[in-house]
Amino acid sequence: MTEFAVILLSAVLVNNYVLTKFLGICPFLGVSSKVETAVGMSFAVMFVMTLASTASWLVQKYILIPLDLLYLQTIFFILIIASLVQFIEMMIHKTSPILYQGLGIFLPLITTNCAVLGVAILNVQQENTFITSALYGFGAAIGFALVLILFAGLRERIEHAPIPEAFRGSPISLITAGMMSLAFLGFSGLVKI
Amino acid sequence: MTQLLAAILSFSAFALLFGVVLAIASRVFKIEGNPMADNIETLLPQTQCGQCGFPGCKPYAAAVASGEAEVNQCVPGGERTMLQIAGLMGVEPKNIEEEPTAPMIAFVREDECIGCTLCIKACPVDAIIGAPKQYHTIITDHCTGCTLCVEPCPVDCIDMLIKPELLEHWSWPLPDTARAQLAIERKGQHAPHAT
Amino acid sequence: MLHTLLRSIAERPGIFSGGIEPEMLKITAGSPIATPPIAPIYIVPIKQHIGEVCTPIVSVGEHVFRGQKIARSQGYVSVPVHAPTSGTVVKIEDHAIPHPSGMGLPSIFIEPDGEDSHDESLEAICDYRGRDPGELRERVRVCGIAGLGGAVFPTFIKLLKDQRNPIETVIINGIECEPYLTNDHRLMLEKPEAIATGLDIIMHMVGAKKAIVAIEDNKADAAEAIRSALNSLPDMEHVEVRLLPTRYPQGSEKQLVQVLTGKEIPARKLPMHIGVLCQNVGTTFAISDAIIRGRPLTERIITVSGDALPRPGNVRARLGTPIRFILAQHGLEHFEDTHLLHGGPMMGERLKNPDIPVVKSTNGLLAMHSETMMKAHKVEQPCIRCGHCGVACPVSLVPNLLADQCRNDQFEKAESYNLFDCIECGACSYVCPSNIPLVHYFRYGKGQLAQITRAKAFADISKERSEARGTRIEREAAARAAKRKTVRTKHMPKPVDEKSSEEKSDISADPKGDGL
Repeated sequence: MTEFAVILLSAVLVNNYVLTKFLGICPFLGVSSKVETAVGMSFAVMFVMTLASTASWLVQKYILIPLDLLYLQTIFFILIIASLVQFIEMMIHKTSPILYQGLGIFLPLITTNCAVLGVAILNVQQENTFITSALYGFGAAIGFALVLILFAGLRERIEHAPIPEAFRGSPISLITAGMMSLAFLGFSGLVKI
Repeated sequence: MTQLLAAILSFSAFALLFGVVLAIASRVFKIEGNPMADNIETLLPQTQCGQCGFPGCKPYAAAVASGEAEVNQCVPGGERTMLQIAGLMGVEPKNIEEEPTAPMIAFVREDECIGCTLCIKACPVDAIIGAPKQYHTIITDHCTGCTLCVEPCPVDCIDMLIKPELLEHWSWPLPDTARAQLAIERKGQHAPHAT
Repeated sequence: MLHTLLRSIAERPGIFSGGIEPEMLKITAGSPIATPPIAPIYIVPIKQHIGEVCTPIVSVGEHVFRGQKIARSQGYVSVPVHAPTSGTVVKIEDHAIPHPSGMGLPSIFIEPDGEDSHDESLEAICDYRGRDPGELRERVRVCGIAGLGGAVFPTFIKLLKDQRNPIETVIINGIECEPYLTNDHRLMLEKPEAIATGLDIIMHMVGAKKAIVAIEDNKADAAEAIRSALNSLPDMEHVEVRLLPTRYPQGSEKQLVQVLTGKEIPARKLPMHIGVLCQNVGTTFAISDAIIRGRPLTERIITVSGDALPRPGNVRARLGTPIRFILAQHGLEHFEDTHLLHGGPMMGERLKNPDIPVVKSTNGLLAMHSETMMKAHKVEQPCIRCGHCGVACPVSLVPNLLADQCRNDQFEKAESYNLFDCIECGACSYVCPSNIPLVHYFRYGKGQLAQITRAKAFADISKERSEARGTRIEREAAARAAKRKTVRTKHMPKPVDEKSSEEKSDISADPKGDGL
């Protein structure tokens, strides 16, 4: 039980994919201008990441290793991720057209979100079991959601703050992201893996 | 050779599986109509004035949703409506060329009215009462100030008046401080390059 | 912030979260209520309460008596308006009222005849305990009584004996927490018997068993006076006079109820939803006057004060007296470098000119030196996020964030942060070290939200009408087509003769007839 808690905590805070491993920066900066869209994006990524990490584990274990096809790992994993993204895209378009419109290009771009592929590959590299790899994927997604929503909240407030002209827009966003990353470094003493 | 075959077959089977799942999903999540058009329509002021170049608010909403019209064509809606539509569509806000005017209402000078009913037919919200060869009058509570009735009138007896401000509808202005002014100025230039 | 949080969680009587302790400056506490002479003209606006506007029922040249109804109420949330003295109606036209917009309302101008004779049509009801509450309630409505604490909500509406929300406790609000104002204080000192009777009437009307008279501890003499007046009445053992520590905005209804009962009134609910009825002492006095003496509301006590006024004091001013006349009685005749405030310094609004009349909501008139006002309203500086405003807020809002949202037109967001729970007490603006006019921003935001709601409602109606028009046109076109079809089939074998084409032109002309 402690092991599970440690995995979850380390995936969410200590080895946060965005702020510590610097994966998935594209949607982190792209869809963080409004909290509502950030929440929608977070759920989409949570869905894709968790399923992708479990599915890729299954593929690795029952297709790639028995057939000795490890050199096809990336293409198999991308196929899984792309299909999942297609699925969630259709679902969001149906259930929430406004969110679909708000996410725009960043929704199909989850496919190329390196955090998703990163989780899948790291999972098999670390030789996790099925349960732990699912948990690891889920934890990474929670970590992504956490920083994305926090960052969106910060940006919403910064947007109307009297910032010097030269810093307005992307510069102040990057500075904020850097400071958040520094803050998350503080978690590195929390769990030792 | 066997290994090559295994690779091709397993990958094809795998892709086929996902293809079938996605085909079913596309049936299940099929979208009827354009839900964005309805969402945009609720943001529009419903004056039905046609100043956007479309014959009413609904057609304009549909045009915006399908990308045929720009987000800044609604004149009575002003900057606020433009920003809301742009936010909903996820596109860059655009400047509005025409300055929004004070809300107007139409008024019929009844002694000059010849009772031709042409304005009644033009009114998009049925806010003009009258019958042939009778004086017409405008229900001021329902008039949207669209000016569509002014043009058809053969005797030019319809005036557009500034809607009188009511004490109950008065609201506080922004405080008269430098920082409040700054916020207004920033709003003007900020809108186009908001991310 | 934690402090506020803990205090709001610990729901207990005797305290409300937030609040401030401003300098009280009650310089007129020792001045007895004076009665000014009759003014040369009275200007009576036809609406002096919150709610629907009244219709004048007198015409120019007509003679009226004091207390005679001169404007009839329309709708439920409305009370009539009465003549402040006997005299002649000289004109009815728009005149500025105490309102921040500086806009006017139709007002009835009365030139006094100097007799000040009363209209005696209302009988005095001394045996109120034996009367039906409904009858008394109607009397309160007819007498034009509205909450004299400043909100001017028609009082009779609150005095309903409602089975769904039975009133257990009546609270008489003698807090008067605004600096400078002493009108309620003087009224309690000088007319404690009438207030005690008024309380008895209210308790009879709503069937309450308990009552609390709440007074701040800087008015201990008033509490003593009320206590002895209550002792002289029978059956008053369930009435309690409670002295509370001085704190602003304790006089606000929601805060006072929280302090006295420990219960917080939920957002968008009224005191009656938790079984409480709150009345100001001035209103209580007016109720007693209306029932016991049969006198409609034609005058009220106001405090005339401020550092620019040579002789501050308390006066019994008739509604409609021009403010210039009252200030002249107190030695102020020139208004250069003077700011006039309608109400107290915390919640009052600036008056643009002194020719505005006293209305039912006027509890004080302050004349301040412009210099003092300049000191109080320094240049707005950037917010430094010190959080003092959040600590001071009596309704636990986050004023700095709300002001930011209002300033940047994020009204929907401000609404989701409960902008409408703000009571506009001004505590946040008072404590702000950056001199941000927070309350002003909230008023702006509330006004804009109200306009957005109105525009939305109008758009919905327009849409409905436009759609109805669309279906009507379609229906007419269909009917026309159907008719044409029947005509055509009828005449199909024969060549088109003159008759049928005539018929056709008739049909096409037809829809003109029902243009609507």
